[in-house]
Amino acid sequence: MSAPVFASGATKPGGERGVLLEARDVTMRFGGLTAVKQVSLQVHDGEIVGLIGPNGAGKTTFFNCLTGLYKPTSGQVTLRGDVLPPKPRDVVKAGVARTFQNIRLFHNMTAMENVMVGTYCRTKANVIDAIFRLPRHRREEKASTARAGELLAFVGLADKANTLSRNLPYGDQRRLEIARALATDPSLLLLDEPTAGMNPNETRDAEDLIFRIRDLGLAILVIEHDMRFIFNLCDRVLCLVQGEVLIDGTGDEVQNDPRVIEAYLGSPQAEAGD
Amino acid sequence: MTEKLLARAGAVRVAGVVAAALGLVTVLLPWAYGKTALDNMTYFFGPSFLQLCYAILLLVALVALAAKWFRGRLGRFAKAVAWADTAKAAGLGAAGYALACLVAIAVQNGGLVMIEPGGWAAFGLALVTGGAALVLPGSAKPTLGKLKSPPWVQILAIAAAMAVVLFAAAYELNRADIEDFLVFGCFAVAVVVVGRAAGLFGWLSLAAANNRRVLSLAAFAVAFAFPFTQNGSDANMSVANQVLIFAATAMGLNIVVGLVGLLDMGYIAFLGAGAFTAAVLSKSAFATLSVDLPFPVTVLISGVVASLLGLLIGTPTLRVSGDYLAIVTLAFGEIFRITMNNLDGVDGPNITNGSNGVPAIPNLDFFGFNLGQVHHFLGVDLGRQSNYYWLLLVVIAVVIVVFSNLAHSRIGRGWVAIREDELAAEAMGVNTFALKLLAFAGGAFLAGMAGSVKAYRDTAVSPDQFVFLESAFLLAAVVLGGMGTIGGVLIGATLLKLLPEKLRFFEDYRLLLFGALMVLMMRFRPEGIVADERRQLEFHDADEELAEEVEEDLVSHHSLLNPETDRGAVA
Repeated sequence: MSAPVFASGATKPGGERGVLLEARDVTMRFGGLTAVKQVSLQVHDGEIVGLIGPNGAGKTTFFNCLTGLYKPTSGQVTLRGDVLPPKPRDVVKAGVARTFQNIRLFHNMTAMENVMVGTYCRTKANVIDAIFRLPRHRREEKASTARAGELLAFVGLADKANTLSRNLPYGDQRRLEIARALATDPSLLLLDEPTAGMNPNETRDAEDLIFRIRDLGLAILVIEHDMRFIFNLCDRVLCLVQGEVLIDGTGDEVQNDPRVIEAYLGSPQAEAGD
Repeated sequence: MTEKLLARAGAVRVAGVVAAALGLVTVLLPWAYGKTALDNMTYFFGPSFLQLCYAILLLVALVALAAKWFRGRLGRFAKAVAWADTAKAAGLGAAGYALACLVAIAVQNGGLVMIEPGGWAAFGLALVTGGAALVLPGSAKPTLGKLKSPPWVQILAIAAAMAVVLFAAAYELNRADIEDFLVFGCFAVAVVVVGRAAGLFGWLSLAAANNRRVLSLAAFAVAFAFPFTQNGSDANMSVANQVLIFAATAMGLNIVVGLVGLLDMGYIAFLGAGAFTAAVLSKSAFATLSVDLPFPVTVLISGVVASLLGLLIGTPTLRVSGDYLAIVTLAFGEIFRITMNNLDGVDGPNITNGSNGVPAIPNLDFFGFNLGQVHHFLGVDLGRQSNYYWLLLVVIAVVIVVFSNLAHSRIGRGWVAIREDELAAEAMGVNTFALKLLAFAGGAFLAGMAGSVKAYRDTAVSPDQFVFLESAFLLAAVVLGGMGTIGGVLIGATLLKLLPEKLRFFEDYRLLLFGALMVLMMRFRPEGIVADERRQLEFHDADEELAEEVEEDLVSHHSLLNPETDRGAVA
């Protein structure tokens, strides 16, 4: 990587890490069901934060609240102190990008085109520019193509730029989704189960990739079930159970908390009583 | 064992070649007894044009069968041709064509007795040739499509192909008898099948992809020259104009349906909006707002009015999707027609004169060049329809440039992203609602422009021109031709307007046939005649081989990263 790919989100060297994203008492109710209850979370610049919890704990719902897909019933999400706008596309523009639990690529577009869609929100060429091929269109098109090429190289898909995304192997699709999210030039990247369905080798590659993204100056919030992966990766881990924060601490603290083990495996008493 | 088989294959091949050679001789014999059948096939040693067509097919079959013996001495180009498949297609094609000729002779002259032995021999020998080729082992996939060739060869090939298309189209359209029309149509289909089998089309499409600008210019030149092939007759030009108006409108719909994937069943309303705007603003004695405007301004206003209508209908309805959107737009199309009927001064303000519409729209006049008059140029009388044809050619050129430039821009990518996965597109920062609205308004603008020319060409505009059936046909043109493509929609529009015009005799069964055709298309080739490389995949989801093929094409045709090296790598 020659030129710096990312303009924003650089970590202040040596200085104290500022708060990037802050969720305060976020609650999401669907009718009578409270999927997320009073969850608070802080993500600092250049930090990797893990979000764990058993199935149905509300992790993805919480993600959707952060990215504008759901409007929280109550509570507030701020990015660098500014309240996040309500629409997903505005959230992206503000600097929060995401991937999906079940891959949602544009399947009949090439890898290159997928990534170039990510640059949409950072480009401005309008209908007139496009129809008459005005300088702004040509300049942006050139920049987007170059940028997408760099990002594909960054995630290791440089030689698959013209492959239709549906034809990529599973692991490559995951990486392409990350490249597409990076193309929106985010300062925070949300990854929803980035290693689901991967073999140990691929998981290691994903780990490496996430570290490299962090080194570019981005903060990362990651949902994952693979505990080894999470505890290797994360500076801090948040455990959600039934929509509520069970514990928020370092990897070691969370790993050794009996309540976390209980939440995943059930309590020994209950099993003894069966 | 294998030797025996090989020996027998050799014998079959010899039989095929001999049959083809004898078949070639039959064109020197009369095929028909009466002079009136087809183009007079009654002479000894004087083959007619349609007989020569047969000879061409059979000659190709002969060469393809014999190619095996010269394998060692073949050039690079000839080695890449799938000779066995070519022989099969050409032999059977010749047989089919001969049969069509015989049937036409029997029908036109009244009975099988009117067929001379030469005709029967032609059919039989072609059948033997085709049969021999069928028995022989097939060939591997043609590699012609991957062959590199110098640019001048490619450009020459494009020019030649375009010239052939012009000649064939002019010849076909000038057939007065339906039998002649169908027989030559059979020949054209046979040529296409042979070209595909040989891999020639793969090579041509690569050449076209490498020289897009040359191709568009050549296509435009051919279209421009078309009126000169009509010897002053306006009949075909009138059909051509209908095709162009229809195609321009369909191209607008192509943005909405093909790129964004929104189903619009009331699209004719936008054409109508443009037509009514131009009519109402025209200098017709019946125009209610008659203003003396230059025509280009009228075109722009018509486009703007249509796109405003697009916004009006889009803003509330684009919140629904899929089938619901189809129903809402269908209703909108009807509302438009009924509203135009009611703006008659009785039920509402008088704008359109109700069901009478606006008749007697005067012809356009550009700097003293009246489009309504016959002009004499290069020894050909060019009538009113020819004049409007050229005007429409300009309109369709504009429409195609707009479509293509929008499709290949960030906006076009956003549209396709919405089609692929709307939620993901929104989550990647694409303003889906605004882009959908833009597609509606933009498509409507193109249709509105076409409508303004339609008003002047038809000299009258009335609400009953814009019925639901027309919307259905527009949608059919896009789907039949190939959603999201330019060539496909042009072909679809041509077929849907041309065939009903030429095949007048089954007018009553037109809709029945059309329905059957649609069912067959959806069953066997749902992606349309000219398939969008990517779109094709959506309909053949499990077809891995196809996916790889498309990918290869994408890499070889327009590699985004480094065109030279990638193309070299594939070839």
